[in-house]
Amino acid sequence: MATDSFLDRSRTIAGPGFNRWLIPPAALAIHLAIGQAYAFSVFKKPMGALISGNVDAPAPDDWTPAQLGVIFSIAIVLLGLSAAVFGKWLERVGPRKAMLASALCFSGGFFIGALGVHLHNLWLVYFGYGFVGGIGLGIGYISPVSTLIKWFPDRPGVATGMAIMGFGGGAMIGSPLAVALMDHYKASAPMGVAPTFLTMGLIYLLFMLFGVFTIRVPAEGWKPEGYVPSTTSNALITTHNVDADTAIKTPQFWLLWVVLCMNVTAGIGVLETASPLIQETFSDKSMGAGLGVTAAAAAGFVGLLSLFNLLGRFFWSSASDKIGRKPTYMIYFGLGIVLYALVPTLAASASLSLFVIVSCVILSMYGGGFATIPAYLRDLFGTMQVGAIHGRLLTAWSTAGVLGPLIVNFLHESQKSKGLTGAAAYQTVFYTMAGLLVIGFLANLLVKAVDARYHVQETTAPKVAA
Amino acid sequence: MEPKTSSTPQAAAPSSGLQVALAWIYVGVPLLWGVSQTFIKALALFK
Repeated sequence: MATDSFLDRSRTIAGPGFNRWLIPPAALAIHLAIGQAYAFSVFKKPMGALISGNVDAPAPDDWTPAQLGVIFSIAIVLLGLSAAVFGKWLERVGPRKAMLASALCFSGGFFIGALGVHLHNLWLVYFGYGFVGGIGLGIGYISPVSTLIKWFPDRPGVATGMAIMGFGGGAMIGSPLAVALMDHYKASAPMGVAPTFLTMGLIYLLFMLFGVFTIRVPAEGWKPEGYVPSTTSNALITTHNVDADTAIKTPQFWLLWVVLCMNVTAGIGVLETASPLIQETFSDKSMGAGLGVTAAAAAGFVGLLSLFNLLGRFFWSSASDKIGRKPTYMIYFGLGIVLYALVPTLAASASLSLFVIVSCVILSMYGGGFATIPAYLRDLFGTMQVGAIHGRLLTAWSTAGVLGPLIVNFLHESQKSKGLTGAAAYQTVFYTMAGLLVIGFLANLLVKAVDARYHVQETTAPKVAA
Repeated sequence: MEPKTSSTPQAAAPSSGLQVALAWIYVGVPLLWGVSQTFIKALALFK
């Protein structure tokens, strides 16, 4: 079938003269789209008022915030699961077919979700945006990673940092886009949600197809012009390969799983509490009349954190090419422990500017943790199945995505029940997050080179290029 | 920007600098729009 051949790996092998700088935009086309998932909260209020038509006075049959929160949770769990399950399939069929599958699932999730909203059937929204869309997220997230690493053996951190930066940027596009579309459609449908879902599904499908058509894998044996692999001995950068099924049997995989899980859980601690913390801590009461942080300023603070999350993905991942992956994570955790422990003190001392600066640095390292992990995996396990291994590691993200908010909300509520208010009610949250970073620091410290018995024998290595 | 060598002849044609520039514009414009929207929102913190 013609379509099959177009999608086939053999049709995606780059010919002579292909410019590798076309690959990052192809990857960004996928990540900028699927990154919309992190802007899903923009739909929560309108979707909770589809019947009443008033976000401030929901009807009894309107969906509750808790019910709507499940949609994102399903999507993020499916992200991890599908990345883990489909990773080896991706390595076999190549990035183009995987990107197309991602585009169809992600946009299909919007279309099914639109039907669910139109019929006011929450299960259909769970199935559409959560389940089907979540599969699109998982496949899309890992689909360009190993291809980028193979095109940029000289700077894998820069390459994956660019793509994963796109995931952070996706929310920045998705949020204002959704708001504008809902505003445009609000007269023709309840809160304008269903047509917004349809439109966004179509826009993202077209946007992602650019990546599908543009992506190429390098020919076997290809190297960048003038590229000479480093001859400097570094035990943590292997020249061998480890199969994905074998990789999960190594202690290194599980140590990195803990590293990612702790870094993400701690970052979620800040993201979850950012807006209420800054408003409650730097209120008119503590700062003086008219000097407190308003709701609009708190939203600005969250926006600033998003920017640093985005910039950190590129900055730290690129820096890791120079200073090494393990030292980079040492910085994330070492500096992170200090900064997380400082937050309650800064909040208590009403140092708003320092509080903002520290929070921004923390979020930059949260983003950096996501972006640096593919290159760390490549260093330890080789390029052969790095996409599949990365996919399996993303279950750590799913775990953190569910556990993080649970821990944060539980700790905060328990402190409030003891009568603590303002910054005091958040102290335990931040000290606990610093404790989690200690675990991450130790896990990273224990990372050593993968034992040679796990290496694929070169004569029997499967022929996979991306 | 470095067009590179390949060990095997394949289907894809050589790519031009214009193609690369257009590809970056295609993804760069929405990204910059999103970043600018976020930046404008963030400015509220400093007012």
